[in-house]
Amino acid sequence: MRRPLVRPYPKDWFLRTGAYRLFMLRELTSVCIAGYLVFMLWWLYQLGKGDTESFRSLLSIAKHPVSIGLHTIALIAAAWHSITWFNLTPLVMPMRIGEDRVPNVVIAIAMGYGPWLVVSGFVLWATLH
Amino acid sequence: MPEPTITLDVFRYRPDEDERSTFQSYDVPYHEHWVILDALNWIKDHVDGTLSYRWSCRMGVCGSCGMMINGDPKLTCAAFLKDYFPATIRIEPLANFPVERDLVIVMDDFMSKLTSVKPWMIRDDTSPMEEELLQSPSQLAAYKQFSMCINCLLCYAACPELDSDPDFLGPAAIALAHRYNLDSRDQGTAERQDILGAEEGVWGCAFIGECTEVCPKNVDPAGAIQQAKVAVTKDWYKRMLLPWGKR
Repeated sequence: MRRPLVRPYPKDWFLRTGAYRLFMLRELTSVCIAGYLVFMLWWLYQLGKGDTESFRSLLSIAKHPVSIGLHTIALIAAAWHSITWFNLTPLVMPMRIGEDRVPNVVIAIAMGYGPWLVVSGFVLWATLH
Repeated sequence: MPEPTITLDVFRYRPDEDERSTFQSYDVPYHEHWVILDALNWIKDHVDGTLSYRWSCRMGVCGSCGMMINGDPKLTCAAFLKDYFPATIRIEPLANFPVERDLVIVMDDFMSKLTSVKPWMIRDDTSPMEEELLQSPSQLAAYKQFSMCINCLLCYAACPELDSDPDFLGPAAIALAHRYNLDSRDQGTAERQDILGAEEGVWGCAFIGECTEVCPKNVDPAGAIQQAKVAVTKDWYKRMLLPWGKR
């Protein structure tokens, strides 16, 4: 008599291995990015009011240690997310020259780190000038 | 000095006797060169002939002896006792599959998913060929990695997505579909694309990547799925933006 047994999947699967934990960490970074976007929207809303009072209060909030701390966390989260994706790029878009696979590090630099540095450099230059 | 032993906690489920599953402990002689499959065979030969499990080649080729070892999917023919000794080893059937009996899983669902992606050579012209289809070494290299799959289903046991969506095609089936799509001799990409491009196809994957970690043949199913995502997306744009666009 066939009576297949269905078992529940372990509820703590995301804690079991390094790959699972890294995946969850990468997914969680999106919460920080979402939080930062909410802050940006509020920032734009305040700026849109156009009066000096709102702008001054914005600046004082932005300079507050809590704000700087949260911004630092969001920056680290965004950098971590980007780096893990750049490292995965060779899996998603492998390239071959004849029989040989282009080394993963070359693809990661060409598709991820390189453009990232160029754009970041431009943003830095535009901010300083 | 007495011969050293190691304890195996083995998942038992006998549908004709048991209401629910249990674990049974067996003390097995410990040999450094033994794999877990050797220990199971020893139990079957010397202690309990009713223990059921699948195995065949003993050398990582047939893909039938996959089980959960201390919660991790592994081929038992490639998992050595010495890597666990002296601790107790917990042996369970592969996760994400119903259990037929003891360590034997029901794989009907996987077989129908595999068939649905048509993992075979499709040609427009099915009449017998006059000449063989030649392939250059670089054309072979394009898909060879994905052709190494032995259908051991470790990747299915490692995929949490299959728990939340049991209809997800899963790593091995997608990797094999991609393998044929990459084959220069195949002309069946269009026939596979609707199934691959569906929500239960490549989009069911969140790129957790554990399937690639557990694959004993370095197939990299996670990479295959992401590459297939790129391929079906390109295909979709071609069809939507170019009225004359062919697949």
